[in-house]
Amino acid sequence: MKKWLTAVSMAAAGLCTSATALAQTEVPFYFPIAVGGPITKIIDQYASDFNKDNPSYKVVPVYAGTYQETIVKALTAHKSGKPPAAGILLSTDTFTLADEDAIVPIDNFVKTDDDRAWLKSFFPAFMLNGQFAGKTWGVPFQRSTVVMYWNKDLFKEAGLDPNKPPQNWKELVSMGQKLTKKDANGNVTQWGVQVPSSGFPYWLFQGFSTQNGAILANAEGNEVKYDDPKVIEALQFWVDLSRKYGIHPPGIVEWGTTPRDFMERKAAIIWTTTGNLTNIRSNAKFDFGVAMLPEGVRRGSPTGGGNFFIFKKASSAEQEGAFKFAKWLTQPARAAKWSIDTGYVAVSPASYETPELKKYAAEFPPALVARDQLPFAVAELSTHDNQRVTKALNDGLQAALTGKKTPEQAMKDAQAEANRLLRPYKR
Amino acid sequence: MSQHAAFSSSTQPGWLSTIGAWLLAIVWVLPLLYSAWAAFHPSEFATRLAWDAPLTLDNFAKAWEAAPFARYFLNTTMLVAMILGIQLVLCTLAAYAFARYEFAGKNLMFSLMLVQLMVMPEILIVRNYQTLSQLGLVDTLFGIGLPYFASAFAIFLLRQTFKTIPKELVEAAQMEGASALQILWHVYIPLAKPVYLAFSLVSVSYHWNNFLWPLVVTNSVESRPLTVGLQVFASTDQGIDWSIITAATLLTSGPLLIGFLIFQRQFVQSFMRAGIK
Amino acid sequence: MSVTTRHIQAYLLLLPAFVFLVGFTHYPAVATLIDSFMSTPRAGRAAVYVGIENYQVMVEDPIFWKSLFNNLWFALATIPISIALSVAMALWVNEKIVGRQFLRMSYFLPTVLPMIAVANIWIFFYTPGYGLINQFLQLFGLPGQNWLGNPSLALGAVTVVAIWKEAGFFMIFYLAALQTMSPSYKEAAMIEGASRWYFFRRVQWPLLMPTTIFVLVNALINAFRLVDHIIVMTKGGPDNASSLLLFYLYEVGFKFWDQGLASALTVVLLFILALVGLLQFFLLDRRTHYR
Repeated sequence: MKKWLTAVSMAAAGLCTSATALAQTEVPFYFPIAVGGPITKIIDQYASDFNKDNPSYKVVPVYAGTYQETIVKALTAHKSGKPPAAGILLSTDTFTLADEDAIVPIDNFVKTDDDRAWLKSFFPAFMLNGQFAGKTWGVPFQRSTVVMYWNKDLFKEAGLDPNKPPQNWKELVSMGQKLTKKDANGNVTQWGVQVPSSGFPYWLFQGFSTQNGAILANAEGNEVKYDDPKVIEALQFWVDLSRKYGIHPPGIVEWGTTPRDFMERKAAIIWTTTGNLTNIRSNAKFDFGVAMLPEGVRRGSPTGGGNFFIFKKASSAEQEGAFKFAKWLTQPARAAKWSIDTGYVAVSPASYETPELKKYAAEFPPALVARDQLPFAVAELSTHDNQRVTKALNDGLQAALTGKKTPEQAMKDAQAEANRLLRPYKR
Repeated sequence: MSQHAAFSSSTQPGWLSTIGAWLLAIVWVLPLLYSAWAAFHPSEFATRLAWDAPLTLDNFAKAWEAAPFARYFLNTTMLVAMILGIQLVLCTLAAYAFARYEFAGKNLMFSLMLVQLMVMPEILIVRNYQTLSQLGLVDTLFGIGLPYFASAFAIFLLRQTFKTIPKELVEAAQMEGASALQILWHVYIPLAKPVYLAFSLVSVSYHWNNFLWPLVVTNSVESRPLTVGLQVFASTDQGIDWSIITAATLLTSGPLLIGFLIFQRQFVQSFMRAGIK
Repeated sequence: MSVTTRHIQAYLLLLPAFVFLVGFTHYPAVATLIDSFMSTPRAGRAAVYVGIENYQVMVEDPIFWKSLFNNLWFALATIPISIALSVAMALWVNEKIVGRQFLRMSYFLPTVLPMIAVANIWIFFYTPGYGLINQFLQLFGLPGQNWLGNPSLALGAVTVVAIWKEAGFFMIFYLAALQTMSPSYKEAAMIEGASRWYFFRRVQWPLLMPTTIFVLVNALINAFRLVDHIIVMTKGGPDNASSLLLFYLYEVGFKFWDQGLASALTVVLLFILALVGLLQFFLLDRRTHYR
């Protein structure tokens, strides 16, 4: 009897495997790259590992450019009826994606207790941008905060303690002044402080504004406070870094070249994403440190980075595959590995308890800075019609930084534009 | 630039002209030379012009691996070939009609066609994208080529050329009982060969280098042409390695560049011929 | 063959080409015009007629005016300079200057390259600090500029790139015209002992007028049609300093998904191109008899 049972079950198992092999679902997966490093290779490896573990699905990663380009691609694909199954998009695009009816809430797929535990396992700071109307629309994947990198060698040269980065705004200025070097013609060869302002200056700016005690948008995503006096003050401080104190490059600073500028010793202190940590670690030929952003009236940084979204128009098989992939990607061990490979914050407290990450953090403490900053982190700026409302702020910031408008005028204009755009959402 | 020397005393251009011309040429070719420098030397030397910098093909290898350029090349080649092929057929037929037929509404149709010389499909990008999505052709090579299959430029050129074909040749063929299409095939087309060559070079150039429309239409690697692939690859957010980016840039413009260097005369003649008309 | 058969044949010959012409030029033009009077459809809300609301929004939009103004400035800067350079290039290549093959190749080379490739190379040039231009300036002790990051310089920087790309292309047309010019003019000038400049100003330039008109119209269309370099180099920044009309249209249509506003912007662009078309029509009409 037993033999017969074994034979039948084996045959059944054989049938099942071949059936699933036949019914393999392709899961197209769009992802952006916003940091340096061999990201495409890493993602491709994840996909092939997942595909091996889950032969009924075939995740097909598609590199789509920057965050901005990826959301354009994703929405374009959605509107033409051929969306990907899954994608990594800015957590701030949640409102836009939901308004366009492009995504399904993750809650739809959470069925077992296991699933529920998983959904609760993330850092609460990272869940903020992905939740509204009582639903969770995306789960964290490559999340970050802004951190401050400093060149210890240059600190030593300037007579500063290489292990003491600036703790507050005052020290940022005074240390920056010591770190700024000029050549014989009076041209600056080394900047004390560099904060990028190309493309999406609002993210870096949220560091300044949060440190000054201001919040830029409400949780419903239909109101912004660009013209709050504290916000204007924060902008004035950023502008003053170059105009008044001369320790920061004038005009717009390019995001993409800032890590390279740091490594080429053109800037002693830079603000950029923790996602560049591994890139800088691999390529910097000097001793450097990573610290939380300096304190204004409080410490603060926006969270940043991308969430994992599942698309509505994908077939239910594709969506299931996407959900499985999301869970697989965010398992503590894998999240830990992703954090080590890039510098992004591992998305759950459990990841930091894994042996790999514990060991890595022991050898390389900077890996923990971004996580330690989380208690001070705030949600990233996100509203309905996000791209345009954010663009209003970006334009204003760039106008102020290039001296075309005063910070007050720039922010007032940005506020007026945002009010106009958000009117239809204030119901 | 002005020369006040009397003409008769200088059948040879003056030295001022020569220097001016050469200076401009050097400035003109400098960007390409500089990017070739960056592409053939390791990253550290991208911005430092040291004479003893070692040459390397590493950057090209890295660039090739970093993005599916082979696929992009294939896509672009298929795309320009497809577009050219269809353009030749469609535009020959239309030019024939305009050149050798009299019919009601001819002027109206001709004017309608001329509009496309002014208004390229990219201008109407929003609507054209919708049309494509309604046809279900987004993210396909065919979709990229669709708006360009009828080229007003080609129709215009060919019409001019067909008009210059001597009537005697046509009449001779007619007397032998040839149909309209046969006359087209045996008389008109062979005599217009140089113009076809000229137009082909212009069309291949244009569509190899086209960017905005393919950017909007394609989402995936399977249909992405080189230009879009290069831009996605060279996206500045990921931190810039100029050596690899310039290597990739040279790779993508390579074929046209080499083709141009070899067939310089033909290229220039073609564009000239296209222009004279 | 009867007249009717001829008619039918003609239209059959025209049909395939016109399907595409109408489908991607005339139909979308009309459809866009209609769309410009409708609201933007969103998920769950279909488009409704809203009269001139989109135009009102557009007129109140400072970025629209900036893009329009930038585009006009851009056209005004690129066109005369490209034309002047291309005439010079054509004249030089036409004469027996040493190494004219090299000259011709250098001038024409940028035309064969994709604008994307060109833009990437120039970003490299313009990078503050170690970009070639700044390195060059620093040799003379001049301060390097943030070419693409400075709103006063960004549009100019992009203009230089456009001129670099286009001048060689226009040179070809002038070259063609010069080479078909009868040598008797030159002989007459030589006999009369006219200076080179005089010959150019009084004989060559007027004879080149039809070419100039052709090139002018082409250049005008290109000034509004080519935005690849903006997308790659500045993304319209900083603070819209280098935003051009078609670029803004692309952003509004594909980044903000605001179909109503995008359609209104397209209508403006169409209107400008129509003006260019009319310009060409009148200029050609007046000057053609010059030959």
